[in-house]
Amino acid sequence: MKHVNNDSNQSTDRDHADDLVARVRSVRDGEATTTDRLERMLSRIDDVNPGLNAFREVLREDARRHADSIDTRLAAGENPGPLAGAIVAVKDNLCTTEGRTTCSSKMLEHYRSPFEATAILRLRKAGATIIGKTNLDEFAMGSSSENCAWGPVRNPHGVDRVPGGSSGGSAAAVAADCADVALGSDTGGSIRQPAAFCGCVGFKPTYGRISRYGLVAFGSSLDQIGPISRSVRDASLLYEVMAGVDPHDATTSEMPVESPLSDGPLHLEGLRVGIPREHVTDENHPGVTDRFNETLDALRNAGVKIVDVDLPLTHHGISTYYVIAPAEASSNLSRYDGIRYGHRAEAIPGEGLEALYARTRSEGFGPEVRRRILLGTYVLSAGYYDAYYTRALKVRRLIKQEFDGVFAQCDVLLGPTTPAPAFRLDADLDPVSMYLNDVYTVNANIAGIPAISIPGGIAEDDGDALPVGLHLQAPAFAEPLLLRTASALETMRSKA
Amino acid sequence: MNESDSNPMPSIDDVARVATLSRLALDEDGLEAARRDLSAILGHVAAIQSLDVDEVEPMPRPQDVVNRLAEDEPGPLLDREVLLRMAPRTEGPFIAVPKVLGEGGA
Repeated sequence: MKHVNNDSNQSTDRDHADDLVARVRSVRDGEATTTDRLERMLSRIDDVNPGLNAFREVLREDARRHADSIDTRLAAGENPGPLAGAIVAVKDNLCTTEGRTTCSSKMLEHYRSPFEATAILRLRKAGATIIGKTNLDEFAMGSSSENCAWGPVRNPHGVDRVPGGSSGGSAAAVAADCADVALGSDTGGSIRQPAAFCGCVGFKPTYGRISRYGLVAFGSSLDQIGPISRSVRDASLLYEVMAGVDPHDATTSEMPVESPLSDGPLHLEGLRVGIPREHVTDENHPGVTDRFNETLDALRNAGVKIVDVDLPLTHHGISTYYVIAPAEASSNLSRYDGIRYGHRAEAIPGEGLEALYARTRSEGFGPEVRRRILLGTYVLSAGYYDAYYTRALKVRRLIKQEFDGVFAQCDVLLGPTTPAPAFRLDADLDPVSMYLNDVYTVNANIAGIPAISIPGGIAEDDGDALPVGLHLQAPAFAEPLLLRTASALETMRSKA
Repeated sequence: MNESDSNPMPSIDDVARVATLSRLALDEDGLEAARRDLSAILGHVAAIQSLDVDEVEPMPRPQDVVNRLAEDEPGPLLDREVLLRMAPRTEGPFIAVPKVLGEGGA
């Protein structure tokens, strides 16, 4: 596990000639300027965004000013930071002082945040240029980016397919090369599932690693910010810039942040990779199964010790999640009452305050958000609290203990990110079928452990060639192990 | 209202009560659609009722961490103008709200 592959950095460079790390290097070396790179991406957005709807708002002028200042500083011999030259898109549930922060909800259609999210401040301080705000399922509630107040996002790999969700706009923006990298948020799989559907890397760090200050709250004990990128080393770089304690978020960990890839990718020989039996079932799409089995064969050939493990609580994860997340959401979203900010319904003379709240919230929230508020309020209400909410919190501990048990048998867990590739926009799934999209990803949020989806090949579905993802999970705060394993797996796949 | 009901099917009255608690205005069709959705979701969620959790401590956060307290010191405040710009209605230096007195303590 501790063997380092000494020539790994060189091979990673060769494999990722066009990722963020390579692109910022070209700016630092004077082969490109931030402004030229930004203008190319702005025209790319003009070309493809009308078809994709990946962006809620393009911060054209602010990005131009920022890019110019980065180029000026570079020309003066200054070092503006490790992300100088980087063009970054951010999900529109992250607060920015430039532009609006709508959460793709009519409730916040005109909302301008008076402060900036810590994660975005840290990116800017490291030299990143923020190009725009990306579309999402309203308040991050969804797995398809169809629950958007202003139309669905489409998948660059097939425009009649969903990009996944809720960070579908961020994944589509990276896949369509409208940004070098993008930020998403992940409450039950909302970074990893769209990354898998769009052929990107999507990384959810350990709960408490990246400050949630300025992330519009959905499920406060589950939410984490993370990157969607072209390579594992891009994800690692963004993580390193954003992670660490923040006085504005008391749940951020004080544990020092390590530089995850400083020792290069792991040498795979001898690594113990656990395969949860519950994640490799006949219910998976045949293309997902085939690509996964090919990866397993390659890992065996590389000397990895494959360990079959049991995670019998896997299927209770969705049930547990759909109690805890709506409960927290119903509480978090009670702040939208139309009084201090956000949408307010037209007052009717003689109407009481309660009626105004109710009409404001019914007009401002879309159907899925209303559904989850009702569900959350139900499981928290008198007579049901213990049967649902308290019980779900107990199952959460069992799920955490189950992970602790399997991580005694293996170093990391590997499985498919989703049971199937991207489905069609008109699939018209009922709520429970939609929720089951996250069956392999939610447990990492419930237990707070880090997890990453990396591209796992292409599956054929109904005549379309669609990306599928490989999902790696590791113990809490084991980001270096997780990212070094992901990097090694990525290199192995690129050589296949 | 039976907590141990293994087949949870909220009634229209249950949904109406929850809508009131949620501050959501639902018409008759909306209540029926919500009842159908909640029944389907709770039907799926009911699976966790089969697990033995009697001796298990609830886990509200994914790590058993202790709260960290900040120093009680005044910090920078947001400018009044910035706050007022966010409000849907204002009157002079105030956020305007509907009349709330005289409606029976609502």
